[in-house]
Amino acid sequence: MRSIRRTGFRVPPLPRGLARDIGLVCLADTLVGLSFGAIATAAGFPIWVPALMSVVVFAGASQFLFIAIVGSGGNPIAAVAAGLLVNARHLPFGLAVGDALGTGRLRRTVGSHLLIDESAAFALSQQDPRRRSAAFWACGIGLFCCWNAGVVVGALIGSVVTDTGALGMDAAFPAVLLALLAPALRDRWTGIGAVVGAVVALGFAVILPAGLPVLLALLSLPLALRGAAPSGRGTTTATPTGNRRPV
Amino acid sequence: MTIGTTSLIVAIVVLATGTYGLRVAGTTLQSRLTLSARTQRAMTAASVIMLVALIATASLLDGHAFAGWARPAGVAVGGLLAWRRAPLVAVVLAAAGVTAGLRLFGVR
Repeated sequence: MRSIRRTGFRVPPLPRGLARDIGLVCLADTLVGLSFGAIATAAGFPIWVPALMSVVVFAGASQFLFIAIVGSGGNPIAAVAAGLLVNARHLPFGLAVGDALGTGRLRRTVGSHLLIDESAAFALSQQDPRRRSAAFWACGIGLFCCWNAGVVVGALIGSVVTDTGALGMDAAFPAVLLALLAPALRDRWTGIGAVVGAVVALGFAVILPAGLPVLLALLSLPLALRGAAPSGRGTTTATPTGNRRPV
Repeated sequence: MTIGTTSLIVAIVVLATGTYGLRVAGTTLQSRLTLSARTQRAMTAASVIMLVALIATASLLDGHAFAGWARPAGVAVGGLLAWRRAPLVAVVLAAAGVTAGLRLFGVR
């Protein structure tokens, strides 16, 4: 971090409420990281496996899936394929919030790795370009640190915390995303499109492997775009293509 | 676990490289192409739709099976609070609290 700061790699200031919200999400994800580390070591993996994965993959759902498949004796190629399928949604996320990374090779290279569900959702929840960027970076860096710390600690203390279910943490992740998306969902057609997409995904989820249902939810995209006025009415799209700011 | 160390490392590296490739493809396309306002709007809508689909599947399912009532109940209460513009702290505490409470009372 310090060397990054020295090269003038500054994160724009963050409003207090937003900082608190991001801190909260970091705390929740630390607990999920704890359970990932614990589950991986309980499945018989040495500590370096969950630790390495969390740094280089940094995408929770695909990590859980990989550990579950390989841990139960499954084919590692199938585990990689399943993980990549689950992570395919990051490509359209990049198209949607890529402007929040800012300009310059370092920002683009590092920022791309920090693109996850939470950082994308935080960026989507902000309309002002500077806040959008600040939210993305604070969430990305904060979660990278907390997630990895949580995983290592979870792997070390092992089965002590395997059951984050008792704390209801499995409900926290969807609730956080829902809260961040609530402003966007107030737009009538976006809301309708999202609900239809969710029903489509649930229908497919019963039969198809993880990852695909979420992509198939995009079948409802034309519905969500129906109400789109020619000039953005400011749901979450206040930023046009924005990589001209030398933030 | 029956896999060797080398294959394990290779598998993790391939997953990491592929995942980074997906991420960088999106962000690079975004910076290279001049997306029209309409396309940009479509990308935002697409992300919202996928995230809501993720919320739905993560709330209701464990793998291919129903996750039980406790989790969706917690998410629903959190969602209701979010809709009423409650702060995120309240949303998260309510969601986790309701789910944990229901489980405490034996609701799965």
